Amino acid sequence: MYDGGKIITGIVIFLLFALFPIYSNFGKTYKPPKPDLNTPEIQKMEVKKCVEPKEYMRAEHMKLLVDWRDAALREGKRTYINSRGESYFISLQNTCMRCHSDKKKFCDECHKHAGVSPYCWDCHFAK
Amino acid sequence: MGVWFSFWVVVGLILVALIGAGLLNLSVIFGVVFPYLALVVFLVGLIYRVVQWGKTPVPFHIPTTCGQQKSLSWIKYSKLESPATGWEVFLRMFLEVVAFRSLFRNLRTEMGPGFRPVYGSSKWLWLGGIAFHYSFLIVFLRHLRFFTQPPSKLVSIIDSFDGFLQIGHPHLQLTGVVLFFAALYLFLRRLYIPQVRYISLPADYFPLLLIMGIAGSGILMRYFIKTDITKVKELTMGLATFHPKVPEGIGVIFYVHIFLVSVLFAYFPFSKLVHLGGVFLSPTRNLANNSRMKRHINPWDYPVKVHTYEEYEEEFREKMKMAGIPVEKDIEEEETEEKEQEEKE
Repeated sequence: MYDGGKIITGIVIFLLFALFPIYSNFGKTYKPPKPDLNTPEIQKMEVKKCVEPKEYMRAEHMKLLVDWRDAALREGKRTYINSRGESYFISLQNTCMRCHSDKKKFCDECHKHAGVSPYCWDCHFAK
Repeated sequence: MGVWFSFWVVVGLILVALIGAGLLNLSVIFGVVFPYLALVVFLVGLIYRVVQWGKTPVPFHIPTTCGQQKSLSWIKYSKLESPATGWEVFLRMFLEVVAFRSLFRNLRTEMGPGFRPVYGSSKWLWLGGIAFHYSFLIVFLRHLRFFTQPPSKLVSIIDSFDGFLQIGHPHLQLTGVVLFFAALYLFLRRLYIPQVRYISLPADYFPLLLIMGIAGSGILMRYFIKTDITKVKELTMGLATFHPKVPEGIGVIFYVHIFLVSVLFAYFPFSKLVHLGGVFLSPTRNLANNSRMKRHINPWDYPVKVHTYEEYEEEFREKMKMAGIPVEKDIEEEETEEKEQEEKE
């Protein structure tokens, strides 16, 4: 090979970049996040259900929260009627976090795993 | 022709993933087998190509230059356009790789008045190329969030400027959109400029359409047809730690995305995309223009076996004379020469 030293150095640098996910995780086992729903308020509920169905909340909770913010703060609307026709008071701290009171074990658990830092807590208290 | 062929191939690939992972439930194949295969093909293929290039002799000294060559000490020479030393070559290569300098020199030629060609600067291809490559790089690095635990600091740094407009939720990340539209621009450019269309082949359209498919499916998955990101990360971390598992409940859009990415990686070493490695090994760029200072010898020069005319005549003289072909030396002459030599001895 002509200029073998330089070419092999290049290949090694390339491999260091390309295989980063493999060697940086070598020997580690990944524990998926387990958001904790075990709060006193949820324990008290007879039928454990959120504002919207679980699947919808998993995928769209961020959109729902932002819609709530816009409704409450920009339009002054404080009532949300969900897909089951029930009405809820629009408030992160008084509605959402009344049940999901443990931010660390509920919100942060997944957000940390996904590398997401939502700006909710720029304004809201986490209690 | 080439356009439609490439288009239907990409549509076909999307359908394969939709049917395979959606209807036939082959999520292990699409989520584990294909990604691993693609990675192996990519790495082995790319290294093989680079080594093959390395083994190829470069007999001629062919840097393309566009500046004054180094000659006499009182003539100012262009260090970047006509590099004379290794360090200058390094600088030239570095700027070529990070700033696409040779593309910046792209010209547009038009027929001016009186059939005179008129040249004008044309930076659109350069701009499209820069936007495409850099947004792809950032999108690529952003995906480290799926392969590091806890997610790398780099990801949150990128997020903070990539999503700084805070449009929608989750925040719109600009590079994804730029990637899609830059690829679209590069694609439309091939369609609408007649000269470029004339030289475009399926191998030119296909990667662009494939990357548009990848960017499009990624954007769809992030903002519109959402899927459970924690489950996706379980899958990707399983791949990275060699404990692959396929959690239930990942949407089919994810399999479309990862299948298109796998195809891109597997296709990489066989296509024009290997310019990733090739740019470093192009002799028109990576040689110093020092042919006045250093002698370059063809590496495959070796002693050639020759059969001179004298030797030939020596071998066939009698036959040639019999056939009446004129010879330079006669047999009699030869004999007298031999006698003279014997006498001398």
